[in-house]
Amino acid sequence: MKHKVSTTVNGRRHEHEVEPRLLLVHYLRDNLGLTGTHIGCDTSQCGACTILVDGKAIKSCTMFAVQAEGKNLSTIEGMAKDGELHPIQQAFWDEHGLQCGYCTPGFIMAASYLLSTNPNPTEDEIRKGLEGNLCRCTGYVNIVKAVQTAAKTMSTAPAKKATVTAGGE
Amino acid sequence: MAVTQLVGAKIHRREDPRLITGHGHYIDDFTRTGTAYAAFVRSPFAHARIKKIDITDASKAPGIAGVYTARDFKGQLAGTHPAAPAFTAAKKYVPDRFPIAEHEVCYQGEIVAAVLAETRAQAVDGANLIQVEYEELPAVMDLEKALQAGGPKSHTDGPDNVGWDIPYTGPEVTEAAFKEADVVVKERILQNRLAPVPMEPRGVIADFEGFDNKLTIWLSSQSPHFIRLFVSGSLGLKESQVRVISPDVGGGFGSKISPYPEDYLVPALSRIASRPVKWIETRTESIQNATHGRGQFYDVEVAAKKDGTLLAMRLTQYLDLGAYHGTFGGFQAVACLMAGGAYKWPGGISARTIGILTNRVPTDPYRGAGRPEATHLAERMIDLVALELKMDPVDVRRKNFIQPKDFPFTQNFGLVVDSGDYDKALDKALEHAGYAELRKRQAELRKQGKFMGIGFSTWIELCGFGPSAATAPATGGIALVESAQVRVTPTGSVLVYTGTHSHGQGHETTFPQIVADQLGVPMDSVELRHGDTAEGTAFGYGTYGSRSLAVGGVAISKAVGKVIDKGKKLAAHMLEAAEEDVVFEHGSFHVKGSPDKSKPFGEVAFASYGMSLPEGMEQGLEAVAYFDPPNLVWPFGTHIAVVEIDGETGDAQITKYVAVDDCGNIINPMIVDGQIHGGVAQAIGQALYEEVVYDDDTGQLRTGTLTDYMIPSANEIPMMIVDKTITPSPTNDLGVKGIGEAGTIAASAAVINAICDALSPLGIKHVDMPATPDRLWKMMKEARK
Repeated sequence: MKHKVSTTVNGRRHEHEVEPRLLLVHYLRDNLGLTGTHIGCDTSQCGACTILVDGKAIKSCTMFAVQAEGKNLSTIEGMAKDGELHPIQQAFWDEHGLQCGYCTPGFIMAASYLLSTNPNPTEDEIRKGLEGNLCRCTGYVNIVKAVQTAAKTMSTAPAKKATVTAGGE
Repeated sequence: MAVTQLVGAKIHRREDPRLITGHGHYIDDFTRTGTAYAAFVRSPFAHARIKKIDITDASKAPGIAGVYTARDFKGQLAGTHPAAPAFTAAKKYVPDRFPIAEHEVCYQGEIVAAVLAETRAQAVDGANLIQVEYEELPAVMDLEKALQAGGPKSHTDGPDNVGWDIPYTGPEVTEAAFKEADVVVKERILQNRLAPVPMEPRGVIADFEGFDNKLTIWLSSQSPHFIRLFVSGSLGLKESQVRVISPDVGGGFGSKISPYPEDYLVPALSRIASRPVKWIETRTESIQNATHGRGQFYDVEVAAKKDGTLLAMRLTQYLDLGAYHGTFGGFQAVACLMAGGAYKWPGGISARTIGILTNRVPTDPYRGAGRPEATHLAERMIDLVALELKMDPVDVRRKNFIQPKDFPFTQNFGLVVDSGDYDKALDKALEHAGYAELRKRQAELRKQGKFMGIGFSTWIELCGFGPSAATAPATGGIALVESAQVRVTPTGSVLVYTGTHSHGQGHETTFPQIVADQLGVPMDSVELRHGDTAEGTAFGYGTYGSRSLAVGGVAISKAVGKVIDKGKKLAAHMLEAAEEDVVFEHGSFHVKGSPDKSKPFGEVAFASYGMSLPEGMEQGLEAVAYFDPPNLVWPFGTHIAVVEIDGETGDAQITKYVAVDDCGNIINPMIVDGQIHGGVAQAIGQALYEEVVYDDDTGQLRTGTLTDYMIPSANEIPMMIVDKTITPSPTNDLGVKGIGEAGTIAASAAVINAICDALSPLGIKHVDMPATPDRLWKMMKEARK
C-alpha cells in the first residue's frame, strides 16, 4: 500500500505516492534526484545524510518519507543561492575542510544548524555540535577551522561576496 | 625545476565546488535505465559446509528478476581470485578463492547466492527468503593455536594453516651481537585488526552490451586499470572490450585497491540478465567483507650496550591473513624489512614472517600497510631500551640515528634510504612541544599522583612504488611505474591524463599546478583527467602507497618535458633559429640572448596543427611518458604526543600533538597538512579506539556496525601543531616524496609511548592497542595490587 507525501524541499513543493517503509534519505535521492545527501552507514551513526527538517538538523535515515508530510526540508543542494556559495560552504573550501567529500554535505548541514542555534561557538562546542557526523579523511582539524571561519563571516558581514569559481586565493 | 609561482603555493582545490554543493558523482549517484538491483546472500558462519540452498520462496517473491548460486556462474567466470606473489618468494599454501562459494564457506560474509530484482528493497527481501542449510565447522581464530599440528584447519582440504613462513635472515645473523650485549629487552607487540571504513562504502554498476560484446563498469576503486585487467580476464573478454570508470570515490585507505567478489559477480550478472546491474554495499557488508588491515603480533628482542647504542634486533611477524590471501596481502610483510626504522643496527636484524590462514575476512594493505607496524615496534623497543637504561628516549634516538652524511644509506635488508636529516625534524618538534617544560610539568603532576606522559615517534617510511625491478616480481609481472599523457589542443589548452586515481588527495589541483608552472600557462587552461580506462594511456597503476606524486606526478612532468621538446623544434623552425639556440622560459620560446625574438607557447601549439612544420615533423602537440623510478622515496619526521590519563577511569586524553614531517619538496602545503591531519587521526583511532572483534570460538563478527566499531569523531581528535623540514629526494627530478600515509605510520607509536610513559610510575612497561579506558583501567588496577 502506498501513502501520499507532500513536502517542500529547498523551497519547491513535491508530492509523491511512496511505500510506508521508504526512508526519507532514499526519497530525497531516488524520488527527487537530490543525490548530494549521502548514505554512509545503516545505524544512524555517520551523519552523511544530515538535512534540515523545519530548520533542525536530522539524519534523514532516521525518518520515513511519510513522516516528512507537510514539512519544510533543506538539503545541501539548496545552500548555495543565485550562484553564491553559503558562507559555510565557502569556509569549507577556504579551510580545506574536505578531502574525499563524501561526508561533507552532512557536515555542512549539521554546521548550519549548529550556527543557527549558537552563532559564536567555542572550539569545544563545535566539536560537540558535530559529534553526530563522522569523517575519515580530515582528522576534523580543518572542519573545526571551517566552522570557526564561517561563524566569523556570518556574524560580521551580512553578504560577503562568494562566487562558485575554481582557482587560487 | 625553476622557482615558480604555483608549485609550493596554497591553491584552493578545484574539486571542491562540486563536492561542497552536493554535485559530486559517487557510485550510488549513477543509475542506468532498466537497471536490476543485486543483493547477496552471505554466510552467517565463519566456517561451514553448504549442504543445500533452497531458492523456491525467493524466486516467487515480488519483483524478483533472478536468483543465482555458484553453478550459475560456471562458464561465466574463469579462474580464481588473484593473489600477488609479493616479494615474499614462494608462498606455502594459497587456497583457491572463487567469487561465490559452492561447497564450503570460510569467513562470515562469504557470498553463497545472488538475487536480482526491480528495486533495491525487493532484492533485499528476496535475499532474505533464500534458505541455506549449513553444517557448521570449527573456526580457526587463534594465531598460535592455528600453527599447532593436528588442530582444526581454516580450509578442510588444506594441508595446514600456514600461508607462508619466510625467514628473511636467520638468528645466526645476530648471534654475536646478542652475546656481547649489556642489555636485552623483549616484548610481544600486538597490532589490532582494523576496518578501513571509507565513508563511502563500495559499489559496482555493470552494463554489458551483448550486441557489441562490450562491458562498462562503474565502481568505487583506487585502481580502475587493475580492475579492468582482472575482471576482463575472468569474464573471457579482452581488456579492450572493458571500460572501467571510477568517478568521485569517497575514500579508500587501501580497501579499494584489490578486486572483490562483487567486482566479478555484478558484471557477470549483467551479462546473464542482459541488463544493467547495480549493487551498493551497506556499512555492515563493508565492515564484514572489505579487506581489513593489521591483525598481527610480533615477538621482538633488542640487544643494546649500556650507553644506549643499539646493536641488533630479532623479530617474528605473525600475520593473520584471514581466510584467503589478500591480493596484495603479502605487502604487509614489508614490516620486517622496515623494522630497523631510522636507526643503525651494526649487529644485524633477524626477521621472519609467518602468514597464518584463519576464518576471518582477508587482510590487505590499509593506510601505511606494514610501515605503521614497523614504526610502532621499532619506536616501542627504543623506549623499552631507554626505560631499561634509565635514559631519556630522545637521547637513545639521537645516539642511533642514521646521519645525514650516511645517505644514500644501505640498511640491513639492502634497501637504499635515499635521504634524510632525522635530528633536524626531532629538534624542530622538541621546540614546538616545549620539551624541557613538559618534563617539568610531568614531574609536578607525578607528585600529585597524576598520570601524564610524553611519547615520541621518529618515523621513517619507504614509499612511491615503485622501481620496476622491485615491483614487477611482486605483482606477477606488472611493474608499479606510472604513466601520463599530455595533450595540447590547437588553442593551447592542456589536457593531462594520469594513471593515478584521486579519492581525496586533490590531484585535480596539485597536478595542474606542476603542469601550469612547467609550461608557463595559466592554471585554468590545464585540466586533469583520471579514473576512466577509456581515457589516457594504455595502463594506469592507481593510487596507494603514497605513490601518486612521486611516481605519477613525475611521469606528468616528463610528458610535459616531451611536449616542450617538440615545441622547441617547431619554435626554432618558426624563428628561423637552430634548435639548440632556442630556450623555453615563462611560457615562451625565444632565441638565446634575444628575448624579443620569441613565440609564446599558445602560438606554437596552434602552429603544430597547421601546415608549416619542419621537414618530417608530424602535426599535433602531445606526449605520453612512463616513469620508472630508480629507487623508492624515504619521507621521515618526528611526532610527539602528550597524554593525560584519568587515574579513576583509565580514559586517555591527548593534550598536545606535534607533527614535524619531511616529504621533500611540497607542491601544495594546504594539502600536505590535510594528509597529515587525517593520517594522524586514523592512527589515533588505532591507538585508542578501533578494533575488529570476532568471537574467539564461533568467529562471529561482534563489531559489524559503526555502533560497535568506533572510528573517532571530532570529540576524540585534538588540534595539532604541524610543521615541516624539507629534504628534497634525490630519486626524482621534482625532489618529492609521498605524504599520504605518513601520519598513520607515525602516530600510533607516539600515542602509545606517551601512555607507557604516563603509566611508568606504576611499573607498566608496555600497553597494547587499542588503549581503551577499559584496558588501561584494568592494567592500572592490576599494577596497584
